[in-house]
Amino acid sequence: MCLAVPGKIVEESESGALVDFQGNRMDVSTVLTPEAGVGDWVLVHAGFAIAKIDEAAAKETWSYLDQMKNPDPADESDNAETSDG
Amino acid sequence: MDEQTEKSVSDIRTLARSIARSVQIMEVCGTHTVSIFRNGLRALLPDNVRLISGPGCPVCVTAQRHIDASIELSSLEDVIVATYGDMVRVPGRLGNLERQRGVGADVRVVNSARAAVRLARENPTKQVVFISVGFETTAPASAAVILEAEDLAIQNLTMLTAHKLVIPAMLALLADGEVPVDGFLCPGHVSVIIGSDAYRPIVEDHHIPCVVAGFEPRGILAGLAMLLRQIADADARVENAYETAVTPQGNEVAQRLMKKVFAVSNVPWRALGVIPQSGLDLAPAYRHFDALVRFAIELGEDLDHPQCRCGEVIQGKVNPNECHLFGTTCAPTTPIGPCMVSSEGTCSAWFKYNRPSQATRATGTEVKK
Amino acid sequence: MTRVGVRQQSETCIVRAHGGGGELMNKLISEHIISAFGNTTLNQLTDGAVLPAETSRVVITTDSYVVDPLQFPGGDIGRLAVCGTVNDLAVMGARPLGLSLGLIVEEGFELARLDQILSSVAKAAHEADVRIVTGDTKVIEHSGGSGIFINTSGVGSLDDRINIGLDRVEVGDAILVNGTIGDHGMAVMSVRSGLEFDTDIRSDAAPLNGLIHELIDAGVDIHFMRDATRGGLAAVLVDICEQSGLGVEVDESELPRDPIVRAAAEVLGFDLLTVANEGKVVAVVPQDQADMCLGLMTRHTRGRDGAIIGRIVACDLPLVELVTESGGRRVVQRPYGEELPRIC
Repeated sequence: MCLAVPGKIVEESESGALVDFQGNRMDVSTVLTPEAGVGDWVLVHAGFAIAKIDEAAAKETWSYLDQMKNPDPADESDNAETSDG
Repeated sequence: MDEQTEKSVSDIRTLARSIARSVQIMEVCGTHTVSIFRNGLRALLPDNVRLISGPGCPVCVTAQRHIDASIELSSLEDVIVATYGDMVRVPGRLGNLERQRGVGADVRVVNSARAAVRLARENPTKQVVFISVGFETTAPASAAVILEAEDLAIQNLTMLTAHKLVIPAMLALLADGEVPVDGFLCPGHVSVIIGSDAYRPIVEDHHIPCVVAGFEPRGILAGLAMLLRQIADADARVENAYETAVTPQGNEVAQRLMKKVFAVSNVPWRALGVIPQSGLDLAPAYRHFDALVRFAIELGEDLDHPQCRCGEVIQGKVNPNECHLFGTTCAPTTPIGPCMVSSEGTCSAWFKYNRPSQATRATGTEVKK
Repeated sequence: MTRVGVRQQSETCIVRAHGGGGELMNKLISEHIISAFGNTTLNQLTDGAVLPAETSRVVITTDSYVVDPLQFPGGDIGRLAVCGTVNDLAVMGARPLGLSLGLIVEEGFELARLDQILSSVAKAAHEADVRIVTGDTKVIEHSGGSGIFINTSGVGSLDDRINIGLDRVEVGDAILVNGTIGDHGMAVMSVRSGLEFDTDIRSDAAPLNGLIHELIDAGVDIHFMRDATRGGLAAVLVDICEQSGLGVEVDESELPRDPIVRAAAEVLGFDLLTVANEGKVVAVVPQDQADMCLGLMTRHTRGRDGAIIGRIVACDLPLVELVTESGGRRVVQRPYGEELPRIC
């Protein structure tokens, strides 16, 4: 009934926190998880952090997404070079 | 298949063999339903383990009268209706919000209730109405937004709230007694908020095992294995296969916000009727945020299609393919019932991810199976 | 005061007269269009373009572009308008001879933005090694749309030896895709109003004729090709099934997916199989040429993340079946329209 994904708080923002989801950064409210701060992992549903979770668990959740052959971030530069309109 | 998945699947098979009868496990949550289908997990289960999908798709259970009210709101001049993408194609009597946009209504798809606050501030000459649905996972977000709006003295934001509560629905199913459920796979993210202790009435009063699970294939299979273990041992406990996020008490901050802004009330569920104490209305102190009050809109009647069996599907009484409309009149492009329109609806998942032999209307022989 | 305002506007924005066939239109063509991508054919400004016929068969295709927003990470409507039509020619096995470019612009559209779009048309055409040989401009009343719509048609020459078609698809054939799926759709989503997020995701919009002709020239006997655009990979695979009457089996674990794109899809509730691409081709090739084809693909800049993702199978029903990473199986269908982000 509810999608929620783990992300890492990378900085505080005016309205909550900037949370990184494996390279996607979104502004998230931390009003439901006042105990979470920069560097913490949180579970985010509909723009709200609903639970602070531990890093190992968060990484395990994402690990199944990271089984791609070539997750080397250096790849992006090449992509940008060839497809930047 | 990773090691843990393999172990869970093998445990499930061994336990199912030892149980040696047919067992029915209800996955209460629509996101579980989708994950199970999308990952093809049914194919991994032994024949005597039957999964039935429960009432945990907030879109599916939103009563038609609320959909109709949202459409009426969107037709008002200078009103911006904001809602989650899940909601815009749900059919009411008068069409759906997406079609309203086609005739000039200002309907915005947002992925957070917070966007409603932003819209209200950016459009001071308009009224923003947020159509707020969801179970306990989503309700605290709505509550937080109401408090923020109150704090900022935002005058042009209201909500049409149709929040629902999971436990009362599960208890209502059990009270009805028509659906033999051997175990509940409980929704992971609702449980983040309400805590795993919330399921104790179900295990204590009804002696039905409850296991809270996450949404990855691994978590779901682990949860199913734990349920089968309990069933094999004739046990009934609350177990938590999602300890990384779910605690026994849940998120108490979120619970407090909900309690402050909302009042528990008797609310209508689509195709199920009114279930006592199963939903949230705005508390008296926050009535001025109620869109129905501000725009003087009366909720109408629910006039569901007489042949639509979504109500029974939601309660696990029938499979989608036992409905006469399924796959013929009612399909994702032309949904009749709510379970077909929501992407996490049981009918939609059956239609999308099953082979046609399973997905279209069952023939006599298949029904027997 | 009023006069100044009017003059300033007409100088920086599109007005009705830009499409009126008069002096202002000539100025638009010479100063903005010809200057961006003029060539000996286009510069003649004749009613149509004369192209040399190199083969006995030509392929013609057309597509209209209405993307919102006009600009997104990794590209814009101009780049799409060139790449999309070039790719439609390329997957037919044709070599592009020239493109037409029809612009429908709303009055009030800023000239500077138009220049930006035209310059990206020029850049993409250069990349694809194709010329814009004829065009048209119309100005319409301001209607609150995204401001500009583009239609491009393309003509390409088709070598007599090329035989690509669904009737050639056989049981046992391998299915390849030239890289990560869903990049374009998620890049556009990241700048959609109300849903914005900050990301490194870039659209994959790119011309594929270079890659495709390298495969053909190297002797890969491609049975069928289609570019996976709206509707995603799922739509192409379902097309193959329905039109060939055969089954398709896809291995989820072999699908090339960028982890960042995958994460964004998780957050917003999308199935990457149904998310749009603008630089991806699905190729069906004989089993014994699959590895050779993959080798050629992965050595090309447009195919470095290419993979053999599945195969054509015999089956009782023409269905696409996905063997999931968890070892389960499920059917893949076309999406039912534009997919929306969801919270459930």
